[in-house]
Amino acid sequence: MVERSPVVGLLALQGDFDAHRKALAERGVESVEVRVPSDLDGVAGLVLPGGESTTILKLMEGTGLDSRLVDLVRAGLPVLATCAGVILLAREVRHPAQRSLAVLDILVERNGYGRQIDSAVVDLEVADPAGLGSATLEGVFIRAPRVTEVGEGVRVLAKRGGDPVLLQQEKVLAATFHPELTDGSPVVDLFVRILSALG
Amino acid sequence: MDFKSPEFRVKVGLAEMLKGGVIMDVTNASQAKVAEDAGAAAVMALERVPADIRAEGGVARMAAIDKIAEIMQTVSIPVMAKCRIGHPAEALVLQALGVDFIDESEVLTPADEENHVWKLDFKVPFVCGCRNLGEALRRIGEGAAMMRTKGEAGSGNIVEAVRHLRAVRGEIRRLGTLDPAELVPAAKELQAPLELVEYVAREGKLPVPNFAAGGVATPADAALCMMLGAESVFVGSGIFKSEDPSRRAKAIVHAVTHWQDPVALLEASRGLEGAMRGLDMAKLTPEEMLSRRGW
Repeated sequence: MVERSPVVGLLALQGDFDAHRKALAERGVESVEVRVPSDLDGVAGLVLPGGESTTILKLMEGTGLDSRLVDLVRAGLPVLATCAGVILLAREVRHPAQRSLAVLDILVERNGYGRQIDSAVVDLEVADPAGLGSATLEGVFIRAPRVTEVGEGVRVLAKRGGDPVLLQQEKVLAATFHPELTDGSPVVDLFVRILSALG
Repeated sequence: MDFKSPEFRVKVGLAEMLKGGVIMDVTNASQAKVAEDAGAAAVMALERVPADIRAEGGVARMAAIDKIAEIMQTVSIPVMAKCRIGHPAEALVLQALGVDFIDESEVLTPADEENHVWKLDFKVPFVCGCRNLGEALRRIGEGAAMMRTKGEAGSGNIVEAVRHLRAVRGEIRRLGTLDPAELVPAAKELQAPLELVEYVAREGKLPVPNFAAGGVATPADAALCMMLGAESVFVGSGIFKSEDPSRRAKAIVHAVTHWQDPVALLEASRGLEGAMRGLDMAKLTPEEMLSRRGW
């Protein structure tokens, strides 16, 4: 729980932003839906939800939201990106190649574990229990992207069979799965700690 | 029903990811590309759009497998496909092909006039149509991971979608006013499983996302569905039976994203060519109403 509740901007163009709203509300964190650049005024953090990355990209075109998001991430705003949100932030996207905001130093392959029939709930290997604040972690993977390259400034907090699935680059927390769909996920707790560390 | 099982959670999980988006009917790969480029969150593969099924008649079946496979190769967004009501063999074929969602749909000619597919046995998630809460809960009891109100497919007339959205929402509200003992006769009246009736009474919503479908022809129609509580919108004939599919598709996507913003809705509504020609419900016989299929 945070003392002075910061307001988090939820990118709400498409996807499971409402699941994120609930996860934050359960931890006493307020959020506001972001559809146009002015919705970002005054936010203390940002959530890029799951959904269809192609769709979300199309909906950002010509709105100025993309450049505004890049500026905020570069300025050190805490970010929680899940699934499609990670694809939006990645340095490079493959399978198929797709434009991205290129602020997170990773390479991702879309639908890297297959189609919906391959979606699964998986027990993950926690690589950094101290960093995450938990020794166990559940991952809900839905048509998930696969991280195939990780840059030097990126810490891997959890893995799935050798693949990095939870990453941190400074104040950006990126999960290729959906912590917002797991009750009491330590990933959302960690994001709230990153937020409140700002004071 | 075990809503916490991993199988059910990943099925409903994909439905969650499609919220706030538009799912578009397509009959071939080039239409699928137009839909993806316009910002569709998913496409629905079928052999003919509902307006053509209505006009041409005959038995409407699952789409040709090669067409669905071509659509799956062409777009990176989820691909759904329709099977006939009560035709688990078509559903098994679609699951083996690897489609992301199956729509057990009243738009196709029913294969079984009493039973729907037992969807809990499948790994792939299903969406089904409903006209009211009882029908929705019966489908969820069979394993559907997403509901869509039926509306009247291929009509270009939003009136039935509005009727069904209001019916579901009104019945959900009514359950919230009942005490536990009263939920038993309510379940009997709704012809729905008691445990699902209890869930709805407690949570004030369906256990799965509820989208709208049937008769959406304009951006304002799509926004109206969102105003009535739909979490996403399916558009069938409304796009590819209009005079400007690409532009209209983009406009409807924009309207669903910004449905709470009248100025954005105005922008989405500007400069569109002719919408599909609509049908007057009073001119349809009960046999011609696709929404009456399914039980």
